[in-house]
Amino acid sequence: MSVAETKTEKVEGWNRPHELEPEEGNDLLEVAMGPHHPSTHGVFRMDVALDGERIVRLKPVFGYLHRNHEKLGEGQTYLASMPYTDRLDYFCSLTNNWAYALAVEKLAGLQVPERAEYLRVILAELTRVQNHASSVGFLIQDMGASGTPLMYAFKEREKILDLFEELTGSRMMCNYMRFGGCRVDASPAWLDGVQKVVAGLPAFADEYEALLRTNEILMARTQGVGVLPPELAVNAGATGPLLRASGVNYDIRKVDHYGIYDRFNFRVPLGDHWDVYDRFMVRLLELRESIKILEQALKDIPQGPIMDPKSKIRGFRPKAGEAYGRIEAPKGELGFYLISDGGPNPYRYRVRPPSFVNLTILEDMCLGQNVADVVLILGSVDIVLGEVDR
Amino acid sequence: MLGEGILKGLAETAKNFAGSYVSKERLTTVQYPEERVKPIEATRVFPFLVFDGADWEAGLRCVACQICEKECPPKCIYIEKSQDKKPDYVGKQQFYPARFDIDVSVCMSCQICVEVCPFEAIKMDTEFELATDDRFGGLLQDRGQLAKSNEYYHRIHPTEATEVDARLAEEKAKLEAKAKAAAEAAAAKAAAPAAKPAGGGE
Amino acid sequence: MHDALDQVFVHFKSWLVGFLPSGWQAAAGVVLCVVAIIAVYPTLFALAVLLERKGLGRMQNRYGPNRVGPFGILQPVADAIKSLTKEDIVPLRADRVVHFLAPVVLVVAVFMGFAVLPMGRNMVLVDMDAGLLFFFAMGAATELAVFMAGWSSRNKYSLLGAMRAVAQMISYEVVLLLTAVSVVMISGSLSLPRIVEAQNQYSGVFPHWYVFTPWGVAGFVIFVIATTAETNRSPFDLPEGESEIVAGYFTEYSGFKFALFFLGEYVEMLGVAGLGTTLFLGGWSAPFSFLNGVPSWFWFFAKIMIWICFFIWIRGTLPRLRQDQLMNFAWKFVLPFTLLNLLVTALWRFMGVGWERWVVCTLILAAAYALMGRLGMRKRQIGPRSYRYAE
Repeated sequence: MSVAETKTEKVEGWNRPHELEPEEGNDLLEVAMGPHHPSTHGVFRMDVALDGERIVRLKPVFGYLHRNHEKLGEGQTYLASMPYTDRLDYFCSLTNNWAYALAVEKLAGLQVPERAEYLRVILAELTRVQNHASSVGFLIQDMGASGTPLMYAFKEREKILDLFEELTGSRMMCNYMRFGGCRVDASPAWLDGVQKVVAGLPAFADEYEALLRTNEILMARTQGVGVLPPELAVNAGATGPLLRASGVNYDIRKVDHYGIYDRFNFRVPLGDHWDVYDRFMVRLLELRESIKILEQALKDIPQGPIMDPKSKIRGFRPKAGEAYGRIEAPKGELGFYLISDGGPNPYRYRVRPPSFVNLTILEDMCLGQNVADVVLILGSVDIVLGEVDR
Repeated sequence: MLGEGILKGLAETAKNFAGSYVSKERLTTVQYPEERVKPIEATRVFPFLVFDGADWEAGLRCVACQICEKECPPKCIYIEKSQDKKPDYVGKQQFYPARFDIDVSVCMSCQICVEVCPFEAIKMDTEFELATDDRFGGLLQDRGQLAKSNEYYHRIHPTEATEVDARLAEEKAKLEAKAKAAAEAAAAKAAAPAAKPAGGGE
Repeated sequence: MHDALDQVFVHFKSWLVGFLPSGWQAAAGVVLCVVAIIAVYPTLFALAVLLERKGLGRMQNRYGPNRVGPFGILQPVADAIKSLTKEDIVPLRADRVVHFLAPVVLVVAVFMGFAVLPMGRNMVLVDMDAGLLFFFAMGAATELAVFMAGWSSRNKYSLLGAMRAVAQMISYEVVLLLTAVSVVMISGSLSLPRIVEAQNQYSGVFPHWYVFTPWGVAGFVIFVIATTAETNRSPFDLPEGESEIVAGYFTEYSGFKFALFFLGEYVEMLGVAGLGTTLFLGGWSAPFSFLNGVPSWFWFFAKIMIWICFFIWIRGTLPRLRQDQLMNFAWKFVLPFTLLNLLVTALWRFMGVGWERWVVCTLILAAAYALMGRLGMRKRQIGPRSYRYAE
């Protein structure tokens, strides 16, 4: 069913503003942006209807990367689903692992030892640093500044990925968290390596911010573009930097106190203008807060075991019940909902992906904007198709 | 002032340009395949089977328990048990795999097979230049291709291999101690009527 | 000796032409010069393409192409072979004649512009009295070619891209002309060789290039901005911006025609660089009087290549401007500033030689720039922000 054939139903409270309705008889130019597109962050299509240069209707079409993740989860054991969670948000595999491990630990009542909690925090914050740096780099790349800021971000990202490889064996598909702790212990040499990388991060953050904060063309292109009012963001279920840039104070690390986050001293940045510029400045400020958390965690990490002695690798059968485990992933609230019937496989395995839910308000953010801004607005939502389509 | 950000950006790019000729920090490209990045020890690519000694068939540690086959998430391992048995590293008679195939194009390098193997028989290799143009069998590795020696394992993952060897030696020592204790007990029972202590060098 | 090296091409041409009967000599001379231009500028184009890819690479912390030939020198050859061997696809509903003619018109118009550029002492193909006017006429003809390309493809996206491109080029053409007018005011002639002669004087060691005067600096900066927009280079390359409406007006071109568009764009860059050199940077005159020993044509080409390097530098640094921002910028900021510059140039000439005119002109221009800059940014509420943290 093409965009031309769908009718716009009037839904209360979700309408486009009256002045943006196209006049009768005015020809709309319909463009399909994607799925092969250099700037859509993956295989993703947007059916856009244009009136001149302004957007009148936008329909996101995804599903090009659907890989049956949830159904596969029902057919294999809990442990076997862990490597598949790496591939959901393939940029940030460790936070995906943590969310899943959290859900299973809630289901089975497992306790995570101290050292494992510290390791989890260190890895999650490193993931957040590399995700936010790359996301801002991609945004600038989309604007046409042929890659120089992106290469900066990637240089730091390479160092972080090397750290991941030394600890977990793989740069991106880490498969590191286990139910009740972590798979492999970190050697003192590795912790020194993290220390060195973290020591270099503030200088990188300064350089990066300086490149972006004062560039007039950047400011002209992103300020006032893609405004998302806070009520709409909350109603749509947006989470993560998208929500915080619209001024709503909701960070799951502060709300749920999962893990050991209440031991760390960090702030949550909020945006006041709700536009694309705010979103990427909020990401940069969160990057700095992550650096603070990393420094504190590296100082306080204790010695000790890294796995719950009650956990089992083979023959793991949690009692019947259900659990929802969620964390503040770099893209938003990542949640796993598991229903167990006492067997080795879950009865129902459901992922709540942040990128998917954040995409639902893409149309509202883009209405009335220039078509050249759609790419920027999409970049500011920061989606990863692996997560959207699962 | 208008234009200030633009000038700063220009200065930054110029620094990058000039710096790329002098410092490795600024130009981090490694010209593969002439140069290579130093491999990281813990890296994992695809599994391989470890064998001790010189003869891969006799020294293969795998006893075809099929645990890795069951636990593998994408089910890329195919094992057929043998009919007869052969002695393992402590001398006990064990089955061995008559067929052990891994479809490397399906394997997702998750390392779960390594985690669940009770016999330290399957480990992760670091070889990644396996590209082939044979679509139908080129990436299906059988027992002979998968079996690599313990020395090779030491070369690619020295710390891990040393730990594994230590563990296996410990287990062997424990078994030998138990066997010796059992033999001593039997000898003591047999020599009890003689009422002589079973001395001798331990 | 110095004169021999400087005039080597002129002497070579007259020697060659001497073999023909005298009636034919003038025509043969012109043909020879044309052949030389057609040989030299595509070579410079190849060099520019290579410089761009390697230069952008180095600015982005990577090597550029370095596999084809040592340091990638043969990369343009590889690209040429690739574009020649690609299939030439013409859309079914396209207007075949116009579709074929568009790249031809572009290349012809661009090469015609070189007829009036003085590339060295006595080295101009046609010494027209209104050479500057001729160059601008040819520059306008390139816009026609762009529109032909967009229209003939019968494709919504190409048409959109072409209309944007033409609107952009026309706006900045006005700015370009006004900047050139200030140069004409001071030098008193529309003929390019005469403009260069007027700048080829030295006071002590320093040359009298127009760029070393207050109105010249402003004019030069505006000229650079306008030529970047004329040739659709970043940051003004939205018409060919890949991240939005596919590839703009040359979406439907493939193979050699696409290569011709590419050639046309780069040679146009060389051409406007040549014009800018002639108007502001003294054409073929040496930067210091003691460097007069080096041939004049060397200085001309060196300055052109420096312009190209500068274009590449800007491309590697700045993000793209949106279409409406680009047009706003042209009409509401650059054009008023150019008119003010015209006034300042007149003032410069009126005040006569002395230090007063330097001070007055510099002050007026600096004040105007600061004022307009601040007004422009503040009106649209664009500026750095500070952020608050949750309690």
